[in-house]
Amino acid sequence: MQRSRNDVWVGLFVMVGMAAILFLALKSANLLSLSFQSDYKVTAKFDNIGGLKPKAAVKSAGVVVGRVESITFDDKTFQAKVTLALESRYAFPKDSSLKILTSGLLGEQYVGIEAGADEKVLVAGDSLSSTQSAVVLENLISQFLFNKAAEGGNAPAGNSTPASGKKK
Amino acid sequence: MSWYRPADVGFSARQTLAEWGHGARMLLHLFTLFGASFKRFRLVRDQVFFLGNHSLAIISVSGLFVGFVLGLQGYYSLQRYASSEAVGLLVALSLVRELGPVITALLFAGRAGTSLTAEIGLMKAGEQLSAMEMMAVDPVQRILAPRFWGGVIAMPLLAAVFSAVGILGGYVVAVLLIGIDSGAFWSQMQGGVDVWSDVGNGVIKSVVFGIAVTFIALLQGYEAQATPEGVSRATTRTVVVSSLSVLGLDFVLTVMMFSI
Repeated sequence: MQRSRNDVWVGLFVMVGMAAILFLALKSANLLSLSFQSDYKVTAKFDNIGGLKPKAAVKSAGVVVGRVESITFDDKTFQAKVTLALESRYAFPKDSSLKILTSGLLGEQYVGIEAGADEKVLVAGDSLSSTQSAVVLENLISQFLFNKAAEGGNAPAGNSTPASGKKK
Repeated sequence: MSWYRPADVGFSARQTLAEWGHGARMLLHLFTLFGASFKRFRLVRDQVFFLGNHSLAIISVSGLFVGFVLGLQGYYSLQRYASSEAVGLLVALSLVRELGPVITALLFAGRAGTSLTAEIGLMKAGEQLSAMEMMAVDPVQRILAPRFWGGVIAMPLLAAVFSAVGILGGYVVAVLLIGIDSGAFWSQMQGGVDVWSDVGNGVIKSVVFGIAVTFIALLQGYEAQATPEGVSRATTRTVVVSSLSVLGLDFVLTVMMFSI
């Protein structure tokens, strides 16, 4: 095949395009941070997972140690069954506890894992029993309003709640 | 042609169907010529040079300005919710998922599609295509297929360049001009952009748009009436039809990618 002057420019164009795809993958999507190392899966049951989604981070002390693998509903106990994929290089005690937390006020939800004191460590297939559900804003508000109503029972409910809210 | 005379309606329906069928067969033919085109890669390379390299300037400049504007407008609406750091995420997601492939395809239709149509239309008007057939050279294989595969190769690369340059443009506006923290800009972006579901879908979109735009341009040129007027009409139709089909396909693809 003949070589021509265009070869250089076509080659450069293809390289620029590839570099752009690489840039998008590495810099904007941060492909490198995705761990290609092995992980082990543990399950946990939550009463309420709130807005937790698959692929959400599992953090311990703020460091990402795994991902939420899948979320299913268990119709025997009426709980959410969450499968977590934890990175193999991290070991956690068997009695570690899980919490569903929110990053920021309205940010996305993640699973926080707090280490327990057990000497045995979690292995693949284990199930964690001590879990704390997500905080649901509506439940908090209704609890708050209920307490308010219980405190000032004499005023009519229609206008007292917003007024007392303003005074505070 | 009048809609109340059955003969006219039937004729136009038959004509439309024949055009569609012809187009579909042409597309299939082009796909089967994949191997043949790459055997003579010189032809494809020249088309990548013509369609890709020459479009690089307009694509990167438009990408830069789209990135600038996204940075500014994103900051304007995000700062109301005190989350102006997320402007990096907004710029990256809108470019990678949507604007990169779509605007590149629209520009590609205007910059490269029209020249393909005009070139092939004039070849047909000058009876060059018929002459090739006389010499037992298949014009689809010799003329259309290298252009088709050249366009299909060039388009995803151009879309990626557009998105990458746009993100850099957003960075310039958000970090250098407005003063958002550079670390927050990148980390928000990296936290929210997924390689497969965002970047990968964008690449799939740009490949589909590349196929659609190049194919429409080639078909319009090939089917053009062999007159100066016919070529000019075909060129206009290329822009109109390919822009509309890019936008339509974009909706369909987005719906499909959402549901998966």
